[in-house]
Amino acid sequence: MASFDLADNTVRELNKHLHGAVTDKVTVDNPGGKHSVAVGATDAHQVEINGNVGYYCAGMNAEASVVVNGHAGPGLAENMMSGRVHVTGSASQYCAATAHGGLVVIDGDASSRCGISMKGVDIVVKGSVGHMSAFMAQTGRLVVCGDAGDALGDSIYEAQLYVRGTVESLGADCEEKAMRAEHKQALQDLLDAAGVTGVSVDEFKRYGSARKLYHFNIDNASSY
Amino acid sequence: MCGIVGLYARSDRIRKSLGKHVGAMLMQMSERGPDSAGAAFYSPSSAASKVTVQHDDPAVIEAVEKSVKQEHPGAKVNHRASHLVIHSDNTPQAMEAWVRTSHPAVRVMSAGERIEIYKEKGHPADFVSNYTLDQITGSHALAHTRMATESAITTSHSHPFSTGLDLCLVHNGSLSNHNRLRMKLANAGVRFETDNDSEVAAGYLTWRLSKGDSLRQALAAAIRDLDGFYTFAIGTRDGFAVLRDPVACKPAVLAETDDWVAMSSEYRAIAQLPGAENARVWEPAPAKIYTWEGNTAGEVAA
Repeated sequence: MASFDLADNTVRELNKHLHGAVTDKVTVDNPGGKHSVAVGATDAHQVEINGNVGYYCAGMNAEASVVVNGHAGPGLAENMMSGRVHVTGSASQYCAATAHGGLVVIDGDASSRCGISMKGVDIVVKGSVGHMSAFMAQTGRLVVCGDAGDALGDSIYEAQLYVRGTVESLGADCEEKAMRAEHKQALQDLLDAAGVTGVSVDEFKRYGSARKLYHFNIDNASSY
Repeated sequence: MCGIVGLYARSDRIRKSLGKHVGAMLMQMSERGPDSAGAAFYSPSSAASKVTVQHDDPAVIEAVEKSVKQEHPGAKVNHRASHLVIHSDNTPQAMEAWVRTSHPAVRVMSAGERIEIYKEKGHPADFVSNYTLDQITGSHALAHTRMATESAITTSHSHPFSTGLDLCLVHNGSLSNHNRLRMKLANAGVRFETDNDSEVAAGYLTWRLSKGDSLRQALAAAIRDLDGFYTFAIGTRDGFAVLRDPVACKPAVLAETDDWVAMSSEYRAIAQLPGAENARVWEPAPAKIYTWEGNTAGEVAA
């Protein structure tokens, strides 16, 4: 059990502790919107942050569970490898960008570019996501219980997107796909893992790649 | 990269300590803009108008003060670092015209009933202490820290830029069509002092407003005519407005409590305010105009 009050301790002291091999329960108070809080954890720490964080919270996280009792700034869980990040408020731009694994749960909204270039992470947003979400998303799953903004899944590869509300527009090469039994099961498992209750998998639509832009074809030049 | 902060007081407690809070917020934005800093403060004057002028040479400012006393006996002046605020019962237009004619060497930073603009190249920490921000009171303020990316580091290139009586603009971002637009606006009679892109955005608003647009109409037109990245904060006589470009790469956070409404590039500036931990915090949507105007109950209109 360790605690860090960021009104007195530095972010570097906290992160150094999280880079140590001894798994620990860590409480962080007064983050005050500071950047890079709980970045680069390398073991199954249980981190609880009380307040709003700035840029890049829980970036590169491996194995640790990070809970933010507040809002998160841009770049939450960027390039996360594994573990779990849970924000009780909303997350700003490019949440879980390029993340390879683990689960990110946002209780509020995520803004633009959520899951941009995601590479295997699962993201569950209980609210809505902004424009250009899942841009060039390679693999992993994005679940949106609210609405999605403009150009969802533009230039998407093999990531799977589930949206319960309306989609303002689909990006290039992203299309609606059939929800088969295995997708409903996968979605239910994700909702359960994220602790989402009171919504039915039947309310969601699935989106993914039309696979028309994988290889350059001169006839598709205007679609890129 | 640049940093923006804005604060609108909803209580006397915040009005009385406005400059102290704005200074604390501005310090948090130092890393986003170590090249220069500036602020626009709004407070009522006992006189009809306020005109803020600046010159690096104290002797020039002294000469202005002397001639104000000779030619405008009822007027009062306040010094703040290299700036001089002239309070007079003339209209702001008349006073500004008098300064420009009688003292062409000085820079007119702002003119209006309530606005005072202070800005200077150098680190924000120096600005906060040299300009004794902790002593300034008022209803609302905007401030800016600049990291220059496309034009020189001088006091004239610093923000805020005046966009007309009691109006100013601060900008985080970069515009790509500013050269063509500057030529067009200059032909239409808008005055420019620098080759800075943000000054063109300010000049654009000045031009639209002079054609009879409301601020909201002028900003809606700006979304169409300005090409580039921006988070703008626009100071008005009674409040301020916030606008992000449709792509919205440049950050912005808004927050409010019963005591204040605040905006900033980053939450860590807002975290300096009393009660921030319980504030309602949200991110302004792209291409949407947010304004706070008029009453202390604080209409939040989108």
